[in-house]
Amino acid sequence: MKTHWQIMVVDDEEIMRESLAAWLREDGYHVETAVSGRQAIERARRQNFAIYFIDLKMPGGYDGIETMMEIKKLHPDASVIIITAYATVDTAITAMKEGAQEYIVKPCNPEEISMLVSRIIKVKNLQRENMILRKKLTRNYSFRDIISKNARILEILDLVREVAGLRSTVLIQGESGTGKELIARALHYSGDRARKSFVCVSCAALTESLLESELFGYEKGSFTGATAQKKGKFELADGGTIFLDEIGDISSKLQMDLLRVLQERKFYRVGGTEEVEVDVRVIAATNLNLRKAVQEGKFRDDLFYRLNVIHIPLPPLRERKEDIPLLVEGFIERIAHEQGKELREISEGALEILMNYDWPGNVRELENAVERAVVTCKTPLLTESNFSFLHQPAEPREWAIPTHLTLEEAEKKIIQATLQRLEGNIKETAQVLGIDRSTLYEKIKKYNLSRP
Amino acid sequence: MKTIYLIPFGAADEEIFASVELSLWHSFGWEVRRLPALEEPGFAFEPQRRQYSSVLILRMLQSVFPADALRLLGVTEGDLFIPMLSFVFGQAQLNGGLALISLARLRQTFYGLAENNAVTAARAVKEATHEIGHTFGLTHCLDAGCPMSLSNTIWQVDRKREELCPKCAFLLQEMPAWKSQSRP
Ligand SMILES: [Zn+2]
Ligand SMILES: [Zn+2]
Repeated sequence: MKTHWQIMVVDDEEIMRESLAAWLREDGYHVETAVSGRQAIERARRQNFAIYFIDLKMPGGYDGIETMMEIKKLHPDASVIIITAYATVDTAITAMKEGAQEYIVKPCNPEEISMLVSRIIKVKNLQRENMILRKKLTRNYSFRDIISKNARILEILDLVREVAGLRSTVLIQGESGTGKELIARALHYSGDRARKSFVCVSCAALTESLLESELFGYEKGSFTGATAQKKGKFELADGGTIFLDEIGDISSKLQMDLLRVLQERKFYRVGGTEEVEVDVRVIAATNLNLRKAVQEGKFRDDLFYRLNVIHIPLPPLRERKEDIPLLVEGFIERIAHEQGKELREISEGALEILMNYDWPGNVRELENAVERAVVTCKTPLLTESNFSFLHQPAEPREWAIPTHLTLEEAEKKIIQATLQRLEGNIKETAQVLGIDRSTLYEKIKKYNLSRP
Repeated sequence: MKTIYLIPFGAADEEIFASVELSLWHSFGWEVRRLPALEEPGFAFEPQRRQYSSVLILRMLQSVFPADALRLLGVTEGDLFIPMLSFVFGQAQLNGGLALISLARLRQTFYGLAENNAVTAARAVKEATHEIGHTFGLTHCLDAGCPMSLSNTIWQVDRKREELCPKCAFLLQEMPAWKSQSRP
């Protein structure tokens, strides 16, 4: 949720001004620049900006602090970040007293600026959302970002309110895209852990060793790349909640480690010898049938019972289609704002397409579909044509081993088919075919294959 | 036919360049070719910071932009900076023709570890895809596993996959800078 917000960069030095502006634009913000305090104030008279980056030292006319004070007169709640060199840190402290949100000493670590900017934007987003929510109808149907009038979802929300204050482990089960993380967040933010961290980990996205160090952290020197000690997500979630998504995919070693944390609330960092103790509520989620995985011996039963203290099964979107109009309304509102579009409505016909579709990817797929439609929509109304990309997937085709091809022809066909099946993913294609990537690239060139 | 060109500063490391060329071709679909190497960009060296100005290098690349180039990606071993930041992994012109990446902080040796070319190549692929993505108008992605997500640390680079996420792959096709080019 970025593009709507505009940022102003004020500096007399061209390279400094333009390179910072370019860097922020890459992050998706709309950025304007001004070469002097005077120019910046003129612009601010016409419109407010979400953030002003202002260089402290500017020759002639307004310096950084004077510029900030003028802008603050126009927009008292403007967020101003004063940029300073080492030599002028004292003055920067004065800047803070005069109402700067923050000052940064250049050159600054990119991570610091990213975090500073996203913190300010997050607050602005919240303020804006609260304003919208206050006047919105959907609030009758919404609880902590979950919008529904479906009876089963409403029951789940009652349960969420009831158990939010407990430390008991929760297992959320639902197809991908059903909003498992939203339920986890609702649990966290409705309980007394709300003021502590909510930490999310997607267990499927990482390899076993990466996931292990992600969860438990590591000590300096414990493996290649461990150049400093790093806290794991369990430590970061201390006092709060950790959300372990796609728990069904973790290796048996990690299942054992996790069981130990759940039993003892203690663990070791990777390469560490000292036990770390934490107070964390664990919420796990999976799109698999874990009970079945237990029966098949793929998932430890003791861990399953530890996780499954409170069980929340989330219905797929096709079983709560009455929510589609509400959800779509919410998505249009948010996405149109992000894209800076004056889009307000969806046609009856388009809505009918959405109601009749099966949504194998659930709410997330619906959200993506609306986003895709909004991007291509040129009028204030979303119509059927904006959703023409929605079609049910075709049946997989049978194939017999051909007996009339030369080896070269067969090789060409196999490479082409594998590329297509893996949607052009070169790395996976090479793996499946058992050749390295440069060999694959050579063959693609040789056979003049097209990119899927 | 329009081509994405790579241009090495100093001797090109074969494994790294081959990986980057293959991936760019895969992610973007245009032919990818390598230009003869230029000298290390001494003109952009800032002795006080012991780093290279990425703005000055980009300006210089503009002057060697080939007539049939769609995009030009410079690859340097020099550590890059812009005045505001302590370093950048790379820089690109949003919706423009030029991009630049540095291998300096992608190498294990920067972090006091033994050199591992395969690791550097994988990181270079992600950063090259990222910067070329910017030249087509893509901005940062919120999916931390997508090469278009912002990385400020090597840890964040390593968390990325090499392929664009489905959302960025789709958005790419909708970008005016992308649509204005006829597909190969
Ligand atoms: Zn970027
Ligand atoms: Zn992405």
